[in-house]
Amino acid sequence: MSSTAIEIKEKKDLWGGGVSPMKVSYGKLMMWFFLLSDAFTFSALLITYGLIRFSHPSFEGPIDDFVFSQEYWPIPEVVFEAVPFLHGVHLPLIFVGFMTFVLILSSVTMVLAVEAGERMDRKGVEKWMLWTLLGGIAFLSCQAWEWSHFITGTDTGSKLLDGSIFYGANLTMNEYGPQNFAALFFFITGFHGFHVFSGVMLNFMVFFQAVTGKLERTGHYEMIEKVGLYWHFVDLVWVFVFTFFYLV
Amino acid sequence: MQQNTPIDVKPINKDKIKMFLRVTLYLFVITVFEFAIAFTVPHEYKWLRIFIFVALTIVKAYYIMSEFMHLGHEKGSLKMSILFPLLFVAFLLFILLFQADAIYQAIY
Repeated sequence: MSSTAIEIKEKKDLWGGGVSPMKVSYGKLMMWFFLLSDAFTFSALLITYGLIRFSHPSFEGPIDDFVFSQEYWPIPEVVFEAVPFLHGVHLPLIFVGFMTFVLILSSVTMVLAVEAGERMDRKGVEKWMLWTLLGGIAFLSCQAWEWSHFITGTDTGSKLLDGSIFYGANLTMNEYGPQNFAALFFFITGFHGFHVFSGVMLNFMVFFQAVTGKLERTGHYEMIEKVGLYWHFVDLVWVFVFTFFYLV
Repeated sequence: MQQNTPIDVKPINKDKIKMFLRVTLYLFVITVFEFAIAFTVPHEYKWLRIFIFVALTIVKAYYIMSEFMHLGHEKGSLKMSILFPLLFVAFLLFILLFQADAIYQAIY
């Protein structure tokens, strides 16, 4: 009995023709190539941010004198300084840092789910996938708050070049700096957020398949590994977005 | 009944778990260090800040890709077919940052 089971499993790992190039299954290799193409998309977006940012003047002078103006590019730690329930307290980048840790931790629980899957430990897979799902949903909730705060704006607003006072941001105007600043914020974090959303959907799909025992009946938990690759990639992109959008 | 077939659950691989926790610790410490840099190194040292941030980000990316995504333990040909095309990203970064400076010089 056991020998036939092993034979079936090995056949699944091999591509047609009896060899598996680069010692990985077809699905995993294609996931890698998809992620490579996705990496190009995100690189293009972030490099565009660099292009537009450095074709605007930077703020010169001590950071305490910084005020929002369309004349120069804003300093991110002054823009992103709010934390839920702490209105009016200046806490630069704290909330984004928290979001970063949430995403890194959900990446860790995902890697533990993959490890449990390799051992055919269904209970372990269920447990860690549930934590991963929770982490993803927590991140999305944080981002929803961050967006709504960014769109609503500060109490005082700021003066645009035509002299009018504007609060918050939309795709054509914002109080924080040059027009493109808000557009890039919406585009880059929105595109990443949509990836997180898709990741949560995929995670739920494999979680469902694990709970109903479908993966156990298949004889391996490779789906967890493939979805795991995608989820780590989403985390990886956030590491770059965090650096280039919030720190630099 | 199919449900009654015992599934052979293997014991937890302690070394692997330890390695994951170590990588988590690295990622945590590096991020905290980035925060420290962001609030201690003044904005006048713009390029020093950018250099440190980019370097630390690449270290973090290395750990995520190598250990979490398991790329460090795959065959060399797979590693190369993923990492080599990323040189195009470096090329795009290089030309567009020059372009940014040219636009800046033309306007201001």
